Amino acid sequence: MRQPKIIIVGGGLAGLMAAIRVAESGVPVDLFSIVPVKRSHSVCAQGGINAAKNLKGEGDSTWKHFDDTIYGGDFLANQGLVKGMCEAAPAIIDLLDRMGVMFNRTPEGLLDFRRFGGTLYHRTAFAGATTGQQLLYALDEQVRRYESEDKVKKFEGWTFLSAVLDDGGVCRGICAMDLKTMEIKTFPCDAAIFCTGGIGAVFGRSTNSVVCTGSAQSALFQQGVYYANGEFIQVHPTAIPGEDKCRLMSESARGEGGRVWVPKKPQDPRPAKQIPENERFYFLEEWYPKYGNLVPRDVATRAIHKVVYEMKMGLAGEPAVYLDVTHIPREVLERKLEGILEIYEKFVGTDPYNEPMKVFPAMHYTMGGLWVDNENQATNVPGIYAAGECEYQYHGANRLGANSLVSCIYGGGIAGPAAVRYARSLEQGCESTSPAVYERERVRQQDVSDALLNQHTGTENPLAIWRELGDIMTENVTVIRYNAALQKTLIKIDELSERFTHINLQDRTQWANQTLNFVRELGNMLILAKVITLGALARNETRGAHYKPEFPNRDDANWLKTTIASYNGGNIRLDYEAVDISLLPPRERKYTAAK
Amino acid sequence: MADKTFIVRIKRQQRPDESVRWEEFELRQRPHMNVITCLRDIAEKPYTRGGSETTPVSYEANCLEEVCGACAMLINGKPRQACSALVDNLEKPIRLEPLTKFPLIRDLQVDRSSMFEDLKRTKCWIPIDGTYDLGPGPRMAPEKQEIGYPLSRCITCGNCLEICPKVNEHSHFVGAAIVSQVRLFNMHPTGEMHAGARLESLMGPGGIEDCDNAQNCVKVCPKGIPLTESLAAVNGQVLLHAVKTFFTGKD
Repeated sequence: MRQPKIIIVGGGLAGLMAAIRVAESGVPVDLFSIVPVKRSHSVCAQGGINAAKNLKGEGDSTWKHFDDTIYGGDFLANQGLVKGMCEAAPAIIDLLDRMGVMFNRTPEGLLDFRRFGGTLYHRTAFAGATTGQQLLYALDEQVRRYESEDKVKKFEGWTFLSAVLDDGGVCRGICAMDLKTMEIKTFPCDAAIFCTGGIGAVFGRSTNSVVCTGSAQSALFQQGVYYANGEFIQVHPTAIPGEDKCRLMSESARGEGGRVWVPKKPQDPRPAKQIPENERFYFLEEWYPKYGNLVPRDVATRAIHKVVYEMKMGLAGEPAVYLDVTHIPREVLERKLEGILEIYEKFVGTDPYNEPMKVFPAMHYTMGGLWVDNENQATNVPGIYAAGECEYQYHGANRLGANSLVSCIYGGGIAGPAAVRYARSLEQGCESTSPAVYERERVRQQDVSDALLNQHTGTENPLAIWRELGDIMTENVTVIRYNAALQKTLIKIDELSERFTHINLQDRTQWANQTLNFVRELGNMLILAKVITLGALARNETRGAHYKPEFPNRDDANWLKTTIASYNGGNIRLDYEAVDISLLPPRERKYTAAK
Repeated sequence: MADKTFIVRIKRQQRPDESVRWEEFELRQRPHMNVITCLRDIAEKPYTRGGSETTPVSYEANCLEEVCGACAMLINGKPRQACSALVDNLEKPIRLEPLTKFPLIRDLQVDRSSMFEDLKRTKCWIPIDGTYDLGPGPRMAPEKQEIGYPLSRCITCGNCLEICPKVNEHSHFVGAAIVSQVRLFNMHPTGEMHAGARLESLMGPGGIEDCDNAQNCVKVCPKGIPLTESLAAVNGQVLLHAVKTFFTGKD
């Protein structure tokens, strides 16, 4: 029998899990990643991974995990895969445990679980406050083992440019660029799995890593892959604002008892520690007595916005609120939260063990992404699969904390075997595809690079365009959305896209030219920004993270549907698809009381 | 009031086979700047202090919160992560150079793939039977987890190799990071079943015997990993393993 050929693009949790499953089935994998896979953005996940193992005698169940996830996502997620994920989660934790993840333990030597947002159960397994790093390393080690057996071949330091599609619109390979030699090459495959992560860079400063540009998703979108629910962007309530990025302060700080507050007296000049308990406004606990500090992220973020901008109660002189863990014993903090408290101390310079941290919301995650079917992680283009943050399933209109790691591993675990099954079912493999098909794509991509390198008259700086894009997206397309502002954003994106054609590369070398790569990514970011903004403009309702004061209620009659963006000849078109609500009928979502 | 500025001096090299030059940049100082912000400022206005046009500086970076390991470089002569190097705390002018113990790619960017190769050679993984559901992993005392977890926070930045006198043209000591990973996997209940193979990979040239106990590594580890403890522990394991195999002829 012919051996199928599988390519995976992206080596974070989803990509590595997909690689392991493909290699395990005896099929060789080529794994492409911009960075060495061990440096992928999954390392930034802090708080933990959800699984209803019910090890605390609370009567938790996978059905309750499912219900919390659907409810937390404001009923926009297709329910079949979410139920599958919640049912698979306990075994995923066991698998990670067997791989050697240093999860925190109970005195009996069992896995410890903590609370997270949007649930009343201790459902989150964790390894200190660097769970994503620990999980990524565990999968990285398994992939390295397969690499040593020649079952996985890594192409680290390569960036994906485009899919190679044959005349029938079937994926027959990928086109990628070596970031050292800048060489552009095509690689044949029968199926390609994309696990290319988040899109934070579209918003300039976010909690995401540098590589999270959404460039691969945008490139695929421009080749005909649908992009779904782009308008659903998660803004994390607690981050440290910064000029290069916003650093996440994990929800686990609140899961372990951290409290969010501001002084009751606006602009109170006293240091936090000198403000007595009865002069503090614990607004989340007051407004949401049942969930308190552990309301879902969209709810907490809007509350902080309200306190800072509407009630003018932000901390003296700055848009920030306190995230306070100083009442928690040092020993507990060191054992469970050291990783994030160390980040705060290093980057801010004050000691969070003794002084409340100053935090503010920051763009964190995209619920939307490449459209995939409700079964196989397959996109609408034959041979193209997607898993992890880059696709749109699992989280609906708002993701619950600690559900992303489990969705990456679950989705990657489905995509790998599904791609193998598809590849095996092909009558003709990629070796039958004409070399002209590959050459055509290579030349198309080479022309893009050459045009940029040869443009000597440009006056625009890529970083300046990027900053302006990030600023307007953050201002108008994150927490609060007004249609007039969204319209203005679209005009600005068009202006930036026009200026993009006059870019001055400032580096025309053909060796490790990071500017060339960044400019290519920026071009793709501009198109993705438009998809997000158009989706937000069209959706006249409020649902999960998508909040429009002009349309303050969820509108199931008109908007209980998935946005599907498609691209044709430079035009972006929006269509809609029904959401699978076969298991849980939609009900009102409110966190002021228990569900 | 005029903006406060500061000087950054950067060692530039366009290709591994091209000559080295130093360039100076004058940047506007703002609160909470780090070395990454400096490099981005330069990319936005790639002109030296003298006003001549240059190229943006090549460097590696990803998470920007000291958990991915990418942005290690020499900052004022010390190997550390650029993201957590805050301008306010650095002596000026700030001097940036690439790590010297790894092949140079361009400017501040080096190739650390040898570390990942060493992780492969030393079998730093838990050999599980498969990804299918085989039930929970082995139980572990919290005390053991508290030893293992700090070791598993190693970000493969390479700072410990950069500072190690035994990593040079004549001696290719595998380095503290890798040895510490061997310790991690050898202490895991499943990993220890295969401890012998890992220990054997650390015998001979470049292995644990090459460590001459300079103890520099532990001082530059951004994650505070007890590297010298790991070196001592693994050295003990290797000696014991050597004695055992000498008498029994096998593991």
